[in-house]
Amino acid sequence: MTHASTASKSMTIGEAFLFPVFFALAFLCLFAAGLAHDAPFAFHASLGAIASLAASFFILKRYYDRPAELPPQEINGRPNYNLGPIKFGAVAAVVWGIAGFAVGLLIASQLAWPLLNLDLPWTTFGRLRPLHTSAVIFAFGGNVLIATSFYVVQKTCRARLAGDLAPWFVVLGYNFFIVIAGTGYLLGVTQSKEYAEPEWYADLWLTIVWVSYLAVFTATLFKRKEPHIYVANWFYLAFIITIAVLHLGNNPALPVSFFGSKSYIAWGGVQDAMFQWWYGHNAVGFFLTAGFLAIMYYFIPKRAERPVYSYRLSIIHFWALIFLYIWAGPHHLHYTALPDWAQTLGMTFSIMLWMPSWGGMINGLMTLSGAWDKLRTDPVLRMLVVSVAFYGMSTFEGPMMSIKVVNSLSHYTDWTIGHVHSGALGWVGFVSFGALYCLVPWLWGRKGLYSLKLVNWHFWIATIGIVLYISAMWVSGILQGLMWRAYTSLGFLEYSFIESVEAMHPFYIIRAAGGALFLIGALIMAFNLWMTVNAGEAEQTTQATGLLQPAE
Amino acid sequence: MTDHHEIDHVSGRSTTGHEWDGIKELNTPLPRWWVLTFYATILWAVGYWVVYPAWPLVSGYTTGILHYTNRAAVAKDLAELEAIRGDKMKVLAGASLADIENDPNLLSLARARGKTVFADNCAPCHGTGAAGAKGYPNLNDDDWLWGGTLEQISQTIQFGARSGNPKAHEGQMLAFGRDGILKPEQIVTVANYVRSLSGLSTEPGYNAAEGKKIFAENCAACHGNEGKGNQEVGAPNLTDKIWLYGSDEATIVETITNGRAGVMPAWTGRLDPVTIKIMTVYVHSLGGGK
Repeated sequence: MTHASTASKSMTIGEAFLFPVFFALAFLCLFAAGLAHDAPFAFHASLGAIASLAASFFILKRYYDRPAELPPQEINGRPNYNLGPIKFGAVAAVVWGIAGFAVGLLIASQLAWPLLNLDLPWTTFGRLRPLHTSAVIFAFGGNVLIATSFYVVQKTCRARLAGDLAPWFVVLGYNFFIVIAGTGYLLGVTQSKEYAEPEWYADLWLTIVWVSYLAVFTATLFKRKEPHIYVANWFYLAFIITIAVLHLGNNPALPVSFFGSKSYIAWGGVQDAMFQWWYGHNAVGFFLTAGFLAIMYYFIPKRAERPVYSYRLSIIHFWALIFLYIWAGPHHLHYTALPDWAQTLGMTFSIMLWMPSWGGMINGLMTLSGAWDKLRTDPVLRMLVVSVAFYGMSTFEGPMMSIKVVNSLSHYTDWTIGHVHSGALGWVGFVSFGALYCLVPWLWGRKGLYSLKLVNWHFWIATIGIVLYISAMWVSGILQGLMWRAYTSLGFLEYSFIESVEAMHPFYIIRAAGGALFLIGALIMAFNLWMTVNAGEAEQTTQATGLLQPAE
Repeated sequence: MTDHHEIDHVSGRSTTGHEWDGIKELNTPLPRWWVLTFYATILWAVGYWVVYPAWPLVSGYTTGILHYTNRAAVAKDLAELEAIRGDKMKVLAGASLADIENDPNLLSLARARGKTVFADNCAPCHGTGAAGAKGYPNLNDDDWLWGGTLEQISQTIQFGARSGNPKAHEGQMLAFGRDGILKPEQIVTVANYVRSLSGLSTEPGYNAAEGKKIFAENCAACHGNEGKGNQEVGAPNLTDKIWLYGSDEATIVETITNGRAGVMPAWTGRLDPVTIKIMTVYVHSLGGGK
């Protein structure tokens, strides 16, 4: 990477390594496509061949087009931040987000009106549901996390992102994983583990991408010009490391053939269930909580222009959170074949997790002390703060639902769906939208957003959508739970299952309406961000504070 | 930390002295209520571990002072349910099918139990109102494929039809077209004849005598000379205007060409004997019982 002094151009280590690797991979994929046992595998191998060929072509083209010297680490004593991969991640997040919300609306509507399954295998609820969850968690959320982490780590370390091709490899490789996973679901390729549906070859690819992500992130931390590592980076690092561990723990599988999509998981029976929910719950804990708390810790103080409320609280709640979260998985398996002691541990650790979770909420909300008036004038900050409020609500509801007595009513009902969505739409969604509203003007050097009024519309439409969604699911979930356990005075079940399904119908319509509002809000955001990039006023000074003035 | 760091004028707190991209941190101590609540949840968890099974050991685990297990809890719940049901189920177990139907108390008990059992087990095919669907018989009318007496219904529920159970009802509609027994034009002719049996219109130019002849040679063995069916082999009555698969010519041609062999599962082993008894009376009492 330090060829700056030489005038003659030579390949970087990355270029010299990745070009032949991708070139060889293209042939390997072509070979695999030819020998494939099933059509989806042949399709995925062909996609792999095309992507590898494109990658090797662009690496070569970039080498010939670029000047001999790589971009400098600093210009005039200021870090020369690498924004390209972040811009890609931000755009990808918006595109995947809208796709994921739209599929969510479709499957919500399918539950209300089953005809919408269309009697086609590709459009049935069973295939579209993982498409929805993966699109919103991994495609939307993942791109937001990668984009913001690459931004925050550079800014708070005052160092250019480590690596030359590596950040691009992470962003593009991750999105290629999303394409393989998503098309696989539609074609019926799944290992049937919730939130870990992609098959063995997609898992292997993700492992390579994720290790590269960890390498880029930690290498940037090592390059930092600041004496200390900012709290947001602790959370990002915890998220990246733990997701790697969870992914490896949950996915060891033996393919039936190296030229076919089907594989079998190494774990079996209740051990597999335990691994699955250790993974599943910590995907919530480290992907959807730790990662997005990192976003909160940078964007809220930045936007509010106030210091973080308590440094000590951030340390204590960070360590408590990551220590306690990893134990909580068994609460997904209450009253099952899982040993009683494991259920107890899952439940009690979930209860102890309540305050560590709320530590983040306190730090997020109290950072606004001295800046509460900005909530009236800045809808972006309002979105960020409301996301923290939803975070607080979900992290109270979660421990409560983990209590076995409560769980015996709530488990397998729509209450769980409502709980997940108050966290997903309210917390993860809103904090991501807030971050994107901040990030896009900063990345593209715009004075501010195209329209704060539209942000306000987005905020209110989406908030009403969330309220409709979660309150419908609370009512329907508790109704389901009560109907399933109701006995007549004779000691017979009062309701059949189908009667409880019938009773859900109005709530499923309300839920779909809430989802539609949330989607409309996201479309408004996409328009607003598009106009910000393409019609927004350019910022005068380069690399200024990047804060826009609230509209008055 | 120390006090010589910058003081935040809004809160009056000192900062930690660090700054990242313009972000500073206050030296605020942990909120007291937060710490106390955190300790309380830890204490509660420890207390719970003492009372309930909690920690794995080399072999076994700490059982807690209550020796609670999920299995014992389920057994206790089921025992409570049995207590509520009391000896009602025993009375039903001891009574004959006819006794249950003739005793108003037992009948209402059976119907109360039968309603949800029907909706959970039978409704997926026969419909929530037992009105059936294409290929799945209506249980409210008095047209029975395998007989509508209490004993016959009990047989059908226990062993099913073409279910693979050795005692299941067997017999099927042959695939007259696919197996080359009848030619396509013969099938159209006999289909028209079958329609005429229940007074439905026939195609112009249809040869009634030919239709009757084909019917007598191929169909009458099971459906009877007059097409009134035979419950011994599950052959439907073709004259009662009740159609399992449909009465239009195309559907009848399809039925004759490829045959039919609808399956009713055997419920022995899935439902306990008393519940099967209850379901027999329930179905019989739907309106069409013989």
